[in-house]
Amino acid sequence: MVDAADALRDAQSRFEQRLTRDERVEPKDWMPDGYRRTLIRQISQHAHSEVIGMQPEGSWITRAPSLERKLILLAKVQDEGGHGLYLYGAAETLGASRDDMIDALHEGRAKYSSIFNYPALTWADIGAIGWLVDSAAIVNQIPLQRCSYGPYARAMVRICKEESFHQRQGYDIMLTLARGTAAQKAMAQDALNRWWWPTLMMFGPPDAESDHNSESFAWKIKRYGNDELRQKFIDQAVPQAEVLDLTIPDPELAWDEASGHYRIGPIDWDEFRRVVAGDGPCNRQRLAHHRRVREDGAWVREAVEAHADKTRARGLRARVGTGSR
Amino acid sequence: MSLLAAVVGLGDDALVLGQRLSAWCGKSPWLEEDLAMANTALDFLGRARLLYGYAEQLGGCDEDAYAFQRDARAFTNLLIYELPCADFALACARQLLVDAFDVLHLEKLCDSADANLAGIAAKAHKEARYHRRRSAAWLVRLGDGTAESHCRMQKAMEDVWGYHAELFAPVEAEIGLVEKGVLPDRAALRPQWLAAVSATLDEATLELPSADWQVDGGRRGLHTEHLAPMLAEMQHLHRSHPGARW
Repeated sequence: MVDAADALRDAQSRFEQRLTRDERVEPKDWMPDGYRRTLIRQISQHAHSEVIGMQPEGSWITRAPSLERKLILLAKVQDEGGHGLYLYGAAETLGASRDDMIDALHEGRAKYSSIFNYPALTWADIGAIGWLVDSAAIVNQIPLQRCSYGPYARAMVRICKEESFHQRQGYDIMLTLARGTAAQKAMAQDALNRWWWPTLMMFGPPDAESDHNSESFAWKIKRYGNDELRQKFIDQAVPQAEVLDLTIPDPELAWDEASGHYRIGPIDWDEFRRVVAGDGPCNRQRLAHHRRVREDGAWVREAVEAHADKTRARGLRARVGTGSR
Repeated sequence: MSLLAAVVGLGDDALVLGQRLSAWCGKSPWLEEDLAMANTALDFLGRARLLYGYAEQLGGCDEDAYAFQRDARAFTNLLIYELPCADFALACARQLLVDAFDVLHLEKLCDSADANLAGIAAKAHKEARYHRRRSAAWLVRLGDGTAESHCRMQKAMEDVWGYHAELFAPVEAEIGLVEKGVLPDRAALRPQWLAAVSATLDEATLELPSADWQVDGGRRGLHTEHLAPMLAEMQHLHRSHPGARW
């Protein structure tokens, strides 16, 4: 008889070897409970971010200023919903249920990206979200394509491809506005002013203050620190803003020759903590909308289940009937 | 009725329904359904662009002028397309009626004497067949689901029923184009449509509404009170910046 403790040690050792060899962990493989919990937390929060992120942009679908922009934005918001679906699916491979994940969101046990708690006030915000927020998402997500958990890594490959289209459409909106009328350019500058700092906060607190870092690195879920990713984003975005001839709202922003990076002024981490804690400009509105939609649709979901039950029962009766003849 | 006016009318039908459907993205009972609603909306909006593009070739204005720079009285869509249908049962009821119509109408329009209309119809017909499958499936699920969903679906069908007659009533000026083989004879499509809708309602355990009330006027620019607020939302930004490019 194999000793249970020996079997566990073997499984642990296989898991660790897999990480060392940079191989993917798959749903049926043994994994430590902490690894599973961390992934469910991270993937479900990522899924919630995609779905809650549909709200600020979705509110502009009916107001887009041209038919072409309306189609592109609708397709983009549809993609975000699709990303939510892959990610809920990836979390389900770890044993989580979508209903439980959504309950956790509604009860405040699961978060989503703080950025979606800011309002999309003008059409230029649709440009700024695509350009800045989707750029930041790409910087965050490219390393996740090599995450140790297979289903998450594979979902990221597809998501990153689509995000790069989204980023380009956002930048294209900004470019059109920046080269448009004075009012359009002012709208673009105003959007950059409001979205710049919240986008920098998307990468999370400085590494020294981040709660979940060390294990995530050891498990090869995370490969780069928050500060390194944030810097990568800044170095990309500053020259892009120059092409737009828009001003980044940071008087301390400067090129640092020695390090080869742009340096920025201080980030208002109090604001970040306030928004993450639930007191940002739109936290209550976003969750209330998500809850209301779920409640409004309850009768439809119940009907679908009831219909499926009836169909199964009829199929069963038909089979029994055939058998008895 | 000129060919241009007929093409713009069909474009308005597609745009107005596309706009209504697009508002469901993020508000439907399931994430999967958000994506499906968005797909359907994209099909109708794409169809509107093709039709407005053809209208421009016929000497009309560009697609954005059609969509954003006309007031409600200048829109010539049929009323059924503009109904808000912000309740899922209403949205499903309306969709079944228009999808069942589209499949028949577009199939005939594929044989139009006008090659451009025939080409647009060929693309749209493929989409319409898929839309009808989807809307019929929803009707059956909701009609034959719970007691609550059955009641909601029956009520919704009765609420939209009076708007279907206009689908089959060509305005007087349209008749010349029908005679030339450019447009299908709408009135002739009704028996087949009624048979298809009745079969779906039957499968959904729903009653065919018996009331024979009907409202019309869309092709003449006589709309419901719902269209102007929808256009106000849709057109506000575009109209606030005259001459701007987006």
